[in-house]
Amino acid sequence: MDSALQATRLRAHQRRLWTFHGGLHLPDEKELSNGSPLVRASLPPHLVIPLRQHIGTAAKPVVAVGDRVRKGQLIAEAQGPISAPVHASSSGMVIAIEERPVPHASGLSAPCILVETDGEEAWAELPPPLDPKPDPRALRERIRWAGIVGLGGAAFPTSIKLSPTPDRPISTLILNGAECEPYITCDDRLMRDRPDRVLAGVRLLRDLLEVKECLIAVEDNKPEAIQALRQTLAETGDADRIEIVAIPTLYPSGGEKQLIRILTGQEVPSRGIPAQIGILCQNIATAAAIADAAFEGKPLISRVITLTGRALRQPRNLEVLVGTPIRELLAQAGGLGPRLRELLIGGPMMGFTCEDLEMPVTKGVNCLLALTPEESPDPGPALACIRCGACAQACPVTLLPQQLYWHARARDLDKVRAYNLFDCIECGCCAVVCPSHIPLVQYYRFAKAECLAEEQEKGQAEHARQRHEAKVARLERLEEERKASLRKKKEALTDKPAPARGAASPGAAGGGSGQSLSGAAETSKPDAAGPTPAVAPASQATGTAEEAKKAAIAAALKRAAEKKAALAQQGLGPKNTENLTPAQRRQVDAAEARRRELLATESVSAPQTLDPPPAQPGLVQVGEVGMTGSPPPPGARTAPLQSSREQP
Amino acid sequence: MNRLAIVSSPFSARLNRTDQVMLQVILALIPGTLALIWFFGWGVLINMALASLFAIGCEALVLRLRGRPVLPAIGDLSALVTALLFALAVPPTLPWWLTLIGIAFAIVIVKQLYGGLGYNPFNPAMAGYVFLLVSYPLQMTTWLAPNIPELLAAHDLATLSFLDSARLIFTGALPPDLAWDAVSAATPLDEMFTKLDQNATIPEILASPLWGDFGGRGWEWVGNWFLLGGLYMIWRGVISWRIPVAVLAGILIPAGIFWLFDPQAFPFPAFHLFAGGTILGAFFIATDPVTASTTPRGQLIYGAAIGLIILAIRHWGGYPDAVAFAVLLMNIAAPTIDYYTQPRVFGHDRREKR
Repeated sequence: MDSALQATRLRAHQRRLWTFHGGLHLPDEKELSNGSPLVRASLPPHLVIPLRQHIGTAAKPVVAVGDRVRKGQLIAEAQGPISAPVHASSSGMVIAIEERPVPHASGLSAPCILVETDGEEAWAELPPPLDPKPDPRALRERIRWAGIVGLGGAAFPTSIKLSPTPDRPISTLILNGAECEPYITCDDRLMRDRPDRVLAGVRLLRDLLEVKECLIAVEDNKPEAIQALRQTLAETGDADRIEIVAIPTLYPSGGEKQLIRILTGQEVPSRGIPAQIGILCQNIATAAAIADAAFEGKPLISRVITLTGRALRQPRNLEVLVGTPIRELLAQAGGLGPRLRELLIGGPMMGFTCEDLEMPVTKGVNCLLALTPEESPDPGPALACIRCGACAQACPVTLLPQQLYWHARARDLDKVRAYNLFDCIECGCCAVVCPSHIPLVQYYRFAKAECLAEEQEKGQAEHARQRHEAKVARLERLEEERKASLRKKKEALTDKPAPARGAASPGAAGGGSGQSLSGAAETSKPDAAGPTPAVAPASQATGTAEEAKKAAIAAALKRAAEKKAALAQQGLGPKNTENLTPAQRRQVDAAEARRRELLATESVSAPQTLDPPPAQPGLVQVGEVGMTGSPPPPGARTAPLQSSREQP
Repeated sequence: MNRLAIVSSPFSARLNRTDQVMLQVILALIPGTLALIWFFGWGVLINMALASLFAIGCEALVLRLRGRPVLPAIGDLSALVTALLFALAVPPTLPWWLTLIGIAFAIVIVKQLYGGLGYNPFNPAMAGYVFLLVSYPLQMTTWLAPNIPELLAAHDLATLSFLDSARLIFTGALPPDLAWDAVSAATPLDEMFTKLDQNATIPEILASPLWGDFGGRGWEWVGNWFLLGGLYMIWRGVISWRIPVAVLAGILIPAGIFWLFDPQAFPFPAFHLFAGGTILGAFFIATDPVTASTTPRGQLIYGAAIGLIILAIRHWGGYPDAVAFAVLLMNIAAPTIDYYTQPRVFGHDRREKR
């Protein structure tokens, strides 16, 4: 009652807020862990520091096994455009660089640097503090150096997010302190216990991005945090453009797109990013880490983690060194009780199960949640969907989960895409309200994975096709080049004067351009090669290339006719020429005669009509064909085509 | 640590369960059922018991034949809801074997042969009802006179005791001193539209003592009590307001226009609300989630179309009531309606084509 009244007061005289569709009022369970102030977790005997604690490429180790490292020393550097460096969380010796289980929903192992701590906590040499109003370039560089990633859970490298492109100026900066998921209180405690750090980071971000307004959003179930921030903001001055906004408690208001909708009424386009509408979101813990990096020169080597759930004896929030094994932390929260049902990394709605207590915590882990059977009861076997639509009512993205489920179950990937599966944020609202206890989110994850696998497969097939086509083109080009060089050699020969045998002799073909391999080979046959057409009196002016072409066509036609005749002799000629009536036979003979006549004239005239004007030097053309591998000129092409057409 | 199974989020307690939803529906039926028993005798209760028994029996039998687990499916109470809705829709004098045929058709053919709960395209209770109405029109349209002393006295009618009702249902025999004429009476819908067909005017028809404050006597109160149950379901979030409101609007708005146009030939719109199965249909039958539209806009269209069809069949159709036909007709349309009324997804353009 008291807190409800307080919440109403906090919201009074406030900016206009919007709502999103659906969402759930869940029992928030925050009081379990938010009662005591932040304390530092004790130093573990060894640290397991994953090389990839962020979205993007894994960092590359710059230390070797046996090296002594100091606290805050760079041990793995960023590589690739999207990456973040990793620093030693404490001083000690590198004892191994190997694959270890890491906190990830996949449950897979990943490379880690193992550091045996020496208990000295000896700091490496840290960079000097930046000015209160630092140069933007220096600040971005410091954030990049410090390995700061989004601490709300996504762990996207912050320096990249803070480098907006000029075409997308940021006008609104939103600091996400909503912490909407039940049980988690690490941001709550950070805002209460270190409001000055949070606000220092917020001011840095505000000045860096030169935004018009800067909103710090906190759900109204955290009145103490709101109070602490407001008080500190008033005491420390410089509240310019900074507003602390209490938003109604409704899961998942802390989702980036939902929060933007609540505060601005705008919707981030599907599959887009907030920068497209001039907004940038950062978690408040990220802001605090930025302040630490800027003003103390500290890289991101620790973060606040909530240890909670009724299966833990002493739920609390700890400031934890990155790389601390989960077992060590649980011990500092009184250890696991006997009634453990599920140990989760993250909250109850979106977290995943932890299968190995030796797993380290990373920059992206915000909560370790040990649930009893009462807190996480077995939902029992899933019953049939009765299409009650409770899921659709709860969905914060306005999807139709019942349709998605139906199609995901049927593995109808086109349909799940059509029903916008990829807009699903996996918040779990649908599964919680489903009366049939269908594990809906699991179906959507499955369908998403199937879609991605299918796309990958398609991509691979496309890649293979492109490679094949490239290979075919390359072979063709090589062939062309080989023929072109042959031709050049030939032409070098024909430049020498040679006795002419006859202008229109169809058998006097030289190496024509664009001929098939057999055509080129034929040039070496004594009857076909012999004298060249270059000196044919009828076309002396048009150059050797044209002559060669004409000759080639004639040769091809002749070959085709010969082949046909040969086939006909073997009985392989056209079948419809047998058993003809005398009248039909006469007709065929007449047609044949006409054709022969036509061939005789064509062999002389056709190339002239098809070719470019004689003024164009033919030699250049030949050279072009040979060098670029472009298709042969039309005149040359007709020959092989025609011959193939004559096949029965 | 191996004892911890890997499962997918969310890990919170589930907020609802199918059997609890069904139980809410059954609870919501209580006031209307009591009113129906009050006015139309013990036959209603006997029918409900018989239908429930048959429904559970049929469901168990088919599930066994299909090799499916029987107890969870019985435990979801959906067969019970089907049976109760069926029993509330049929006349309280229906012979037991007709109840059996109707329920067997509803559960075995309409529900289980399509795959069981969640897969049936048609409302099982209404399909069973229509199957009987088409096959046994006489038995399905014989209603008792409402138990209102002055009405009974005026028409020299009698009511049936519990034993009389049971004997009638199980043996088909009326008490020796009574004939059918002495216990049955036309339903208000029957009365209204038969007389209208005979060119009587509305004021003439309403002069009969059969008529109460806003509908047929007795019937109007049954509708009111079902309305109470329907509002309870909306309050508990078991059903959304959209379908019932749309059904009622789909009846009332055109009926109101007709009435304004010619009050002599068209009854006052409220008549439709409290006659026949309008309220039961709007709140309990059209809202069957499995067979109804599930999108917000779709539910409005679905409900309004049911209302319109009810009105059209009542006025111009051959059957006195039309809720079952209207619901079944729109059941066929529901998937198409859903397809064309998908809500705009967050972050998508309003005009965007999927």
